[in-house]
Amino acid sequence: MSTFLGLPTAPRGVGHLRGSEPFPVAARRALADSQLRRNLAVATTTIRAKRAAVVAELPDWEELREAGQAIKAETMRHLDRYLERLEAQVEARGGTVHWARDAAEANAIVTDLIRADGSTEAVKVKSLVTDETGLNDALAAAGITAYETDLAELIVQLGQDRPSHILVPAIHRNRAEIREIFLREMGDVDPALTDSPAALAEAARLHLRRKFLSAKVGISGANFAIAETGTLCVVESEGNGRMCLTLPRTLITVMGIEKVIPSWRDLGVFLQLLPRSSTGERMNPYTSLWTGVTPGDGPQRFHLVLLDNGRTAALADETGRQALHCIRCSACLNVCPVYERTGGHAYGSVYPGPIGAVLSPQLTGVEDNASLPYASTLCGACYDACPVKIDIPSLLVHLRARHVDEVRRARRLPSAEAITMAAAAWVMADPRRYAAAQRAGKSGRALSRGGRIRALPPPLSAWTRARDAPAPPAMTFREWWRAEHRDRP
Amino acid sequence: MRIALFVTCLADTLFPDVGKSTTALLERLGHRVEFPEAQTCCGQMHVNTGYQREALPLVRRYVETFEHYDVVVAPSGSCVGSIRYQHATVARRYGDEKLARRAEAVAGRTFELSQLLIDVLRMEDVGAYYPHRVTYHPTCHSLRLLRVGDRPLRLLRHVAGLDLVELPDADVCCGFGGTFAVKNADTSTAMLADKMRNVLNTRAEVCAAGDSSCLMHIGGGLSRLRAGVRTVHLAEILASTQDAIFEPKGRGAAWTEERGTSGGRRRRSEGGVGRRAGPRRRAENRA
Repeated sequence: MSTFLGLPTAPRGVGHLRGSEPFPVAARRALADSQLRRNLAVATTTIRAKRAAVVAELPDWEELREAGQAIKAETMRHLDRYLERLEAQVEARGGTVHWARDAAEANAIVTDLIRADGSTEAVKVKSLVTDETGLNDALAAAGITAYETDLAELIVQLGQDRPSHILVPAIHRNRAEIREIFLREMGDVDPALTDSPAALAEAARLHLRRKFLSAKVGISGANFAIAETGTLCVVESEGNGRMCLTLPRTLITVMGIEKVIPSWRDLGVFLQLLPRSSTGERMNPYTSLWTGVTPGDGPQRFHLVLLDNGRTAALADETGRQALHCIRCSACLNVCPVYERTGGHAYGSVYPGPIGAVLSPQLTGVEDNASLPYASTLCGACYDACPVKIDIPSLLVHLRARHVDEVRRARRLPSAEAITMAAAAWVMADPRRYAAAQRAGKSGRALSRGGRIRALPPPLSAWTRARDAPAPPAMTFREWWRAEHRDRP
Repeated sequence: MRIALFVTCLADTLFPDVGKSTTALLERLGHRVEFPEAQTCCGQMHVNTGYQREALPLVRRYVETFEHYDVVVAPSGSCVGSIRYQHATVARRYGDEKLARRAEAVAGRTFELSQLLIDVLRMEDVGAYYPHRVTYHPTCHSLRLLRVGDRPLRLLRHVAGLDLVELPDADVCCGFGGTFAVKNADTSTAMLADKMRNVLNTRAEVCAAGDSSCLMHIGGGLSRLRAGVRTVHLAEILASTQDAIFEPKGRGAAWTEERGTSGGRRRRSEGGVGRRAGPRRRAENRA
């Protein structure tokens, strides 16, 4: 079992929370892609500087972070209560609420709703949660075409690719690649299309406009859901969101249950934290808020799908539940030295970077994403950048311990690593054993030439592939101390 | 002041000069340094690799060894970070609230070297002399766990003869990360490459830091590339004086021929090739 309370985690075989290979293997390939390395370095450096500048403008930034953290912690403590209030308010205002235990249930609910509308296509606002559930694949299998309308998501969808960043899903593509994708996949694009950003954006606009005007169903995620009035909120930069949220006759919003916040007053805190942390802007260009159904204005049918998919299992871990505080700003990705070099695909999940490394394993069960908690040097840059003060390094350490404990319980034979760690602990628990081991370690001097060791046996060979190792000294510190202080106690 | 030295298992075993320098520096400043021989390791490697159960006896050992001292110093930001921010958590994970409280009490009296000098001993100018071009890597746990801020730089700015040159992107991790360097060796190496590029761009001959582990990583990379830049611990710089300049003799080698073979009872003639005497020993030899 993956969690101690036996709560269900996100099921296998549906959605995008698990990679096909462990992080170190996937990372190796990404590290060798010089174009990817340059794109990532340029993009993350730029956005880091923007974020730092707008954050520095606010004298009460730390207080805002504290407030964001406190609101999220309080919401998680009473999540059941706030979700029921949200449900009651949405239904009182003409919406319908659906509860989805997991990705498969959510996909089935959305598919049935579109069928009930009589549609075979839908326009989508950029949404992580429907990517988490693999909704587009499920709809395609049911003969329904979903059109991504966020520019970057469109690039990813047309390129039959996977998003690699929470905010900038096509961060791994450059404009030459985007031009090539548009020419190949759009069908109706001017063959003289150049790779200038304005020309590419215009091509996407013309392509998307036809979809906006024809689609009868819109699908969105949610940045926030306000329990006190049943109001949903989506923030965005391109205006495609408000097209999807207002033009269709049926609107379906899928949200993770952790997105609920108690009140409008709380929204004020997050609308200050999110754009500054996310795009490095004081305010995002478009903030859409809607409450139920308004006769004669906007969609006349509104469905809210509340998704668990492992969130309750995360909530059950008192330390781990902090990961549910995330507002998906991606500041932690942009400051992470690991993410900056490997990009998002190496994490295998729709949630990459530091937050993905603590969220994905909790949603799936640690055994299904066992390499992710180790995909960090624990440098702490993510914790400093997080607008709701999620202590990601401590969560990583916690999940590593959960993983080791689960493996211990599940396996009869301990791994080589477990044996080494146990032996090291046994040695270090006693100063005499420890000093004896130090003396034994001096045999390593035989491997050295000129004070350096160029090759060590596995697993330390992974170190000496790229770095020399120091030769053990003739005398350890404690031997020196003893020799120096024979006359002292 | 009576100060207990927690030398750290890494410095004890591989970088004894760091412990000798810390001792020499504090003694020069008029303090009495004690080295409780019951000490071993803080357990950070175990905790950060997921083996918290194995770390528990190491936490207990640290607490029992050091709880009778008023002040403990360690020449490592990350070991002090582990003592301050992990020890009590490990004890609580295994239900030992009493040990957790004791661990918190000792942790509050355990200081990283630059914290000790500036916050406890209230000194910025320790009277050191080190005639080299030096760049400083601040190390992640010193910066973001312990929040030592610019304390090491304030100490270095007072060192006579030292040409301190700013390291670009100094606050970015060098890629060490304990077992990360082995488990994710490729990503670790990619991070190291960028750190080395920044170090080399400073044209410094010495890359200094307050953690032997990060220095072992950066120094291991520089050594492999024969980059001509050596790594030196902050303690070794601060221990160096006009009377006892602390430097390796192996010119051109990033790492010295022989580390820490001098001292103790095995005195050799001064200035022998490959010899790296502790500063206090040198000073005594001179006297």
